[in-house]
Amino acid sequence: MTLEPGRARPEPTPETKHFWDGTRDGKLLLQRCGDTGKAYFPPRPFSPYTGTRNVEVFEASGRGTLHSYVIHHRPVPGFKPPYAIAVVELEEGPRMMTNIVDCPQTPEALVLDMPLEVAFTKMDDDITLPLFRPAKGS
Amino acid sequence: MTIKPGEIAIVGAAETTKLGAIPDMAQIMLHADAALNAMADAGLKPSDIDGVACVGPMMPQQIAHYLGITPRWVDGTGVGGCSFMLHVRHAAAAIHAGYAKTILITHGESGKSRVNATPRPPEPQSLNGQFEAPFGPMGPPTLFPIPVLRYMKKYGVTHEQMAMVAVVQREWAAKNPRAAFKDPITVADVLNSKMIAYPFRLLQCCLVTDGGGALILTSSDRAKDFPTKPCYILGSGESVETTMVSQMEDFTSSRAFRVAGPEAFRMAGIKHSDVDHLMIYDAFAHLPMYGLEDLGFVGRGEAKDFIWEGNTRPGAKLPLNTNGGGLSYTHTGMYGMFALQESVRQVRGTAPAQVPDVTISVAHGVGGMFSASGTVVLSNQRP
Repeated sequence: MTLEPGRARPEPTPETKHFWDGTRDGKLLLQRCGDTGKAYFPPRPFSPYTGTRNVEVFEASGRGTLHSYVIHHRPVPGFKPPYAIAVVELEEGPRMMTNIVDCPQTPEALVLDMPLEVAFTKMDDDITLPLFRPAKGS
Repeated sequence: MTIKPGEIAIVGAAETTKLGAIPDMAQIMLHADAALNAMADAGLKPSDIDGVACVGPMMPQQIAHYLGITPRWVDGTGVGGCSFMLHVRHAAAAIHAGYAKTILITHGESGKSRVNATPRPPEPQSLNGQFEAPFGPMGPPTLFPIPVLRYMKKYGVTHEQMAMVAVVQREWAAKNPRAAFKDPITVADVLNSKMIAYPFRLLQCCLVTDGGGALILTSSDRAKDFPTKPCYILGSGESVETTMVSQMEDFTSSRAFRVAGPEAFRMAGIKHSDVDHLMIYDAFAHLPMYGLEDLGFVGRGEAKDFIWEGNTRPGAKLPLNTNGGGLSYTHTGMYGMFALQESVRQVRGTAPAQVPDVTISVAHGVGGMFSASGTVVLSNQRP
């Protein structure tokens, strides 16, 4: 799967660089609070649950479920409408926005709570987006 | 010393002279047009105003200078379309504290004509720019409805029930000569309108218009000296959650609504049964449902039946969005000012679709894509 040109390109900051380094290397890296053990997203070097800076980066499973979405019918640079803008709920708890690939972009095919798995998709040499696809065997 | 219900009043309120397409006015002039109309309503000159609030991209220093006002209090709180509810709350606190006596709150937006309008794309280094923008959202229609399928699944809301929100609001709009759309529509019309971002179709999305509005607040002890019927502020609430809709705590409820709404009710010392008229910022069709539930007017999952059964219609027990709302009246991009204007008209008894015997009105706003909320309780009676 390759991306069409024209998508908005993320620019990492010092607080998010590890995440984007991770996707480039084929890893979905989350962070977890040292006090509560709870995972969180988006990346930041402290826990949003307790304010502690005692946090660690860990590799997530890459598995999740389809939490919600819209199917956009208007043209946007980098996309062929209709396409779904989805939110996946990761197995570890946090949610993230994404696109669902290898799947028809229809309400019939995009069923809430369907199992998904990460599909790392290269944008350029530095940026790889964590897209998701229906989990194998589902 | 805490502010008491009714201590501060709105003594001036007006919208821009025109609404809809206003290509002959730049954005700053829309603010000024509304402000001049509100000053005329209150019988005031710019030199009588000593406090100014507005929301970005317009800055209070631009508005003050343009209108010839020398403020000793300013507020540029910008949390999206409900910023005005927060301005009312902050202005009331400022008047109570003695920081200003007479405060002007303005809104103007060239949402349709884009005359001197400022585009606001997310910066690629912002969290929205990194973790939402790359996945193809383009403006509010693709972001605000992101949670709605989850809400519909949890409570078994049908597409017909979600369409009914737009149908009922059009019934109110039909009574309002200034509403952009007044022709009756059916559930079938809504479900046959152009698909924008599934599950939402055109008639479930707000308008895009030019326009504005302004409010003038002062202490209630001075309010009797003004030509208008005072509109007392009984209570208010505010909160924010996240600018990233994907990071909302719960897709079936707004945390910001659940903080702002109950706080306003508590401050005002009112119960739900005291509310005669309600405005819930309806940028999209799901917001009145979330608002009714998060503010506690109905139980969880009950909004779909409450609206379907006609309880928010003209003549029914809880008149909701009586100007026609953002779906049928007007929506410049920041609708909160128009919700407040309609609440003021209803408690003054001057609304085009006037509800009989309104004593208490609640205006509830949302900002960003569920990122902020503000609630204001107004009354024509000082407790």
